[in-house]
Amino acid sequence: MATLIFLLSAAALLQFFISYSRSLIAASIKQPLSAEVRDVTGIPSTAAGEDFARVIQLLDLCPERPEERGRLRAINAYFGLLNFVSSTLARVIPALMSWTEMERAQCAYFAAVTLDRRIAFSRDMLAQQSEV
Amino acid sequence: MPDSIGYAQAAIWFLGTILEVAVVVCAVTRHSFRRYLCLNLYMFFSFLVSVGRYQALSHFGLRSSEYKFVYYYSDAVLTIFLYLALITLYLHVFDEMKVEKYVRLAAVILLAGTALFSYGVVQQSQHRMLTSFVYELSQNLYFVGLVLTYLLWGAILKLRETRTQLIQLVLSLGVYFSAFAATFALENMFPKLESVTYIAPVFGCLLPLAWAYAFWRFPHDARMSTARLAMVPR
Repeated sequence: MATLIFLLSAAALLQFFISYSRSLIAASIKQPLSAEVRDVTGIPSTAAGEDFARVIQLLDLCPERPEERGRLRAINAYFGLLNFVSSTLARVIPALMSWTEMERAQCAYFAAVTLDRRIAFSRDMLAQQSEV
Repeated sequence: MPDSIGYAQAAIWFLGTILEVAVVVCAVTRHSFRRYLCLNLYMFFSFLVSVGRYQALSHFGLRSSEYKFVYYYSDAVLTIFLYLALITLYLHVFDEMKVEKYVRLAAVILLAGTALFSYGVVQQSQHRMLTSFVYELSQNLYFVGLVLTYLLWGAILKLRETRTQLIQLVLSLGVYFSAFAATFALENMFPKLESVTYIAPVFGCLLPLAWAYAFWRFPHDARMSTARLAMVPR
């Protein structure tokens, strides 16, 4: 009985986690990237999954906004899950490959939008400091 | 065996308590407190329970029966409260259908059924202790909560619900219930697994974190398409 509950719960957890991560991404996907971030990241208008690691490195260089920490971790975990699926299940089920690539690209775009916000936040902080 | 908790567990506990307060503060600041009253009251009671548990821990110690009594009973009460909070989310989703009366009736019957089932399980065991019943009830309510959240998510997709805040609240509740149901099941499968002791409080922090974010980040009238969120494209 416990094994059955565990399997069902784990499957539901996976599904809820994927939907939750996608809801976080959906909230920022409509936001256009600034020209500055497009230049820095090399993302023209649509991102690719390979951009994610580079954007995360750039994000580490900017001061963190406390309210972003949780969701960035969630998307990081989601990206890890997609990488895992892409290197295991997607090799057996080819249809999964295009889905994981599309999702990975959206994760990269989400990270780029977050970078945009962080840059704006840092600029505001600098402006406030110079006023003082 | 230590009679207190370690630094890591204490830090997770403290973080969880702060996040519970943060949910209420975010909801009040963003004028969502009354809209999701039951959810906010649940978080507020969770905070009070955390303080109460800390008092019990510091007075009686981790291995004391008094602390275990406080822990398991408060956990059962909180789980029932969270179950009621979930039912209010049902009322939000089915708001326009005018089925409030039936949802409440079904919720009471399901809660009573779960309590009776838990009582039946404990009745069959050798140790007919009230604490066992409370533990069994919590465990079963987590699984019932998971099933109900899953059904609610299905209803959200079917009815094409678009309120971002509501969607975020339901999805994070789904993650929470399924994580806890899986943890309880894992504990039953491997009773000596130490890591479960650490995993559960971490999961406990995720729900207030996600709810605080949902209240803070999204205005109550923000909308999103659920078609993007289903695992199978609609």
